[in-house]
Amino acid sequence: MMKKIKKIKIKINGSFKLVKYNTNLSDLLKTLKIPLKKVAIELNQEIIDKKKLNKQLLRNNDKIEIVHFIGGG
Amino acid sequence: MVSLKKDKFIVAGRNFKSRLIVGTGKYKSMSQCAKAVKLSGASIVTVAVRRVNITDKKKALLMDYIDPKKITYLPNTAGCFNSKDALRTLRLAREIGGWKLVKLEVLGDKKNLFPEMIETLKSTEVLSKEGFKVMVYCNDDPLMAKRLENAGACAIMPLAAPIGSGLGIQNQTNIKIIRKQTKLPLIIDAGLGQASDATIAMELGCDGVLVNTAIAKATKPFDMALAFKNAVIAGRQSYLSGRIQKNLMGSASSPSRGII
Repeated sequence: MMKKIKKIKIKINGSFKLVKYNTNLSDLLKTLKIPLKKVAIELNQEIIDKKKLNKQLLRNNDKIEIVHFIGGG
Repeated sequence: MVSLKKDKFIVAGRNFKSRLIVGTGKYKSMSQCAKAVKLSGASIVTVAVRRVNITDKKKALLMDYIDPKKITYLPNTAGCFNSKDALRTLRLAREIGGWKLVKLEVLGDKKNLFPEMIETLKSTEVLSKEGFKVMVYCNDDPLMAKRLENAGACAIMPLAAPIGSGLGIQNQTNIKIIRKQTKLPLIIDAGLGQASDATIAMELGCDGVLVNTAIAKATKPFDMALAFKNAVIAGRQSYLSGRIQKNLMGSASSPSRGII
C-alpha cells in the first residue's frame, strides 16, 4: 500500500486549499501561476519579501493573501 | 504670452506632464479604460489594490493594458474605512513594485462616502514617517487641510462633492482659502460631473483635478476624456492669464469717440 502523503489546509484569498506538507510559498505561487512581478503577498497578515518566498514553509491554517492592482478611482 | 510649457506640475519632487489625473474604475472593459486614459492625456492614474483571482487566470490584468512604466500608477485606498486597513493596503501596494507615491482615502460613511478625517490624519502621519509620499483625499476644510500638511502630506486633495455624485464644486470659497494657505499641490478629487467643473477648479487656482466617474460613466467616455483634457488646460491657462475684475455695471467694448 502506498504511503499517504500528508497534507495541510491553508486559506488563499479567502478560499481553502489543501497542499502537500513541506510546501513553501514559492512552490505554491508557481503552482498557481501567479506573475510575481505584479503582486504582493501576505502570510498571516505579514507582508512577505518576494525574494524570500522559498524560505517560507507553509503550515496548517496559514492565511495567504495575494493582491494586485485593478481599476479604481 | 502665458506659456504652459514652463508651467510645471510637480508632486513629491516629480514633474508630471498633465494636470489631469484619472481613475481607472467603473469602465465597461479594460480596453475601454485604457483608451479613455490615453485620450485624457493623463500622466497619473489611480488604481485599487484587490485580491488576485486565483481560479480564473485568464482574466485581464490592468498592467497588461496600462503600462506602469509609461503612466504613473497611484495606488489608492478606496474602500478602506479605518486607518489600519488603509495602511495595510498601501504597504501591500508598495510591495508590488516599489510604489511610494500613494493616494490615501479613508472613508467614514458608506452612503455619502465622505472622508473620515481623524483616521485620515492618523494614517497620513504614519505613512509619511514610513517614507511614503502621501496625496490625501480630504474634506474641503481649510483647518484639516493645514493639519494634513503639517502631518507630512505631499498633496492636498479636497472633494468637490461626494465621490461619483457629479455635482461639481460645492464650496468654492473653501477651496480658495485652502489655495491661499498652502503651497502644496492642491488637487480637486471627487464629485466632478462635466468638463466645465474641471475648468472651474483650475480657475480657482487648483494644481490639478482627479476624475473617474464623470468620464467612465459618460454616454461617450472617449469624448468626455478629451473634453476633460481640454478643460483642464483651458482652466489653467485662464487662471494664469489673470481674469478681469467683476463689476456690477456694464463697460462698453467699443469706443464712444467717433460715434455717428
